[in-house]
Amino acid sequence: MSRGTIRAFVLGDAQADRMVPPNGITARLTLFVAAAMAFLAVFALALSLATGRLADRWAGELAHAATLRISAAPDQRAAQTEAALEVLNQTEGVASARALSEAEQAALLAPWLGPDLALEELPVPQLVEVIAEDPPYDLAGLRLRLSAEVPGAVLDDHSRWRRPLVDAALSLRRLGWISLLLIVGATGAMITLAANAAMAANAQVIEVLRLVGATDDYIAQAFMRRFTLRALSGAGVGTVLGIGGVILLPAASDEGGFLTGLGFQGAGWLLPLLIPMLAAAVAFLATLRATRRCLGALN
Amino acid sequence: MIELENVGYSYGGGELLSDVSVRLSPGSFHFLTGPSGAGKTTLMKLCYGALQPTTGRVRAFDADMAGLDRDQMALLRRRVGVVHQDCRFLDHLPLTDNIALPLIVSGHDKEQQRQNLDDLMNWVGLSQRAEALPPELSGGERQRAALARAVILSPDVVLADEPTGNIDWEMSQRLLQLLIELNKMGKTVLVASHDLALIRAAKSQVQARVLRIANRQLHLAGADL
Repeated sequence: MSRGTIRAFVLGDAQADRMVPPNGITARLTLFVAAAMAFLAVFALALSLATGRLADRWAGELAHAATLRISAAPDQRAAQTEAALEVLNQTEGVASARALSEAEQAALLAPWLGPDLALEELPVPQLVEVIAEDPPYDLAGLRLRLSAEVPGAVLDDHSRWRRPLVDAALSLRRLGWISLLLIVGATGAMITLAANAAMAANAQVIEVLRLVGATDDYIAQAFMRRFTLRALSGAGVGTVLGIGGVILLPAASDEGGFLTGLGFQGAGWLLPLLIPMLAAAVAFLATLRATRRCLGALN
Repeated sequence: MIELENVGYSYGGGELLSDVSVRLSPGSFHFLTGPSGAGKTTLMKLCYGALQPTTGRVRAFDADMAGLDRDQMALLRRRVGVVHQDCRFLDHLPLTDNIALPLIVSGHDKEQQRQNLDDLMNWVGLSQRAEALPPELSGGERQRAALARAVILSPDVVLADEPTGNIDWEMSQRLLQLLIELNKMGKTVLVASHDLALIRAAKSQVQARVLRIANRQLHLAGADL
């Protein structure tokens, strides 16, 4: 398309827009497909962004945190905890080390054992939260020293369960982006089909326009503007409905785990607004291709 | 202006036109006659590039039509006004928009469109039917509207394919007068018609050559008309 044609496309031409009959199944199909795909795209985008945040948080927070578990007889527990804290505070690369209070440990077990937990009646080990500096401590060296000075201590750097969680979150994010790509592809395919159908249904209109001296650009533009605007408006409606659905999702909470907080955060709320633009761009390109091919075949 | 040189056209394995040569000079008036199915419409389509010849070549305004791309062909069609036998309108648009189509697609501004339209609607006697949709028009009105559309860009050549095929004698005469007026304005006119009475009536008013298609070839008709 020439620069002048693109300008005419953007500004619009009411007379050119009227050249193609307004009714038909393709109009409703394009609107519906754009709305439905935009609705799904909002959720795919929300899923991608939320799982990305989750993966970053898990990777970041857990990478710097470790837990020291001290299993010792009740009469030796305080002494071993004291000794462990002393070792940790002397270790280079440890930012802080703190023994969890009984209330904190009870809160950690509450989801599984209930809120009225008598912790003193259970053989629950003492937990120590260890926060690493950047660069962190030498894990193997610290383990060796702890095994020598605090025999009942086991240092867990969370890597055993952190990696699968981060992998799962990253996989979900990947699936979200793949879904978005599939939505874009499916939208393009559906609009191409609709444009082909519209061109075939309006073969006589095209013939008349050619007879009176219309160029291919002019004819293509009449179809492209219509499909692009339909996709834009349909996707606009779908996006608004999708954002409404995301707003109705449960807010992020610790109790809900990763299934809550799947919405957008901060500037992320602006991203769905790109979906109608993307739908319009897809419709524009799909219709451009379809009209070129059809006009070539009708020659 | 438009020239066919040794043109042949085959369709579906059969030869419809063979070794046809004719030149439509500027300001000339030609009738094209012959029995139904002889190839009148095909020859007209060859003249405005809707069909490409199987053999020979068609030249329009000094350009070989075979060498024109689609955009160039669109520009050429703005210089050749065509009246189809079945008129071919956009049925969802009112008559004014249909007649203004060549102006609209060639990017003329609305003021220019309005001026040309008013003049033309008066000329073809359709001012009162401006907002009617094409299916609401009579056969004669459709033919006059098609003629108005064909000439609204003031083309150099007007091609009319059986323009009086579906209308009564009185309306045929009226349409013929419009074509003669166009010719007197300097337009080149080619009218395909099997209506010999109409051709005889025209010959008394305008200097016209009559071409007859017979046995796939084009002949100049003589006193036997």
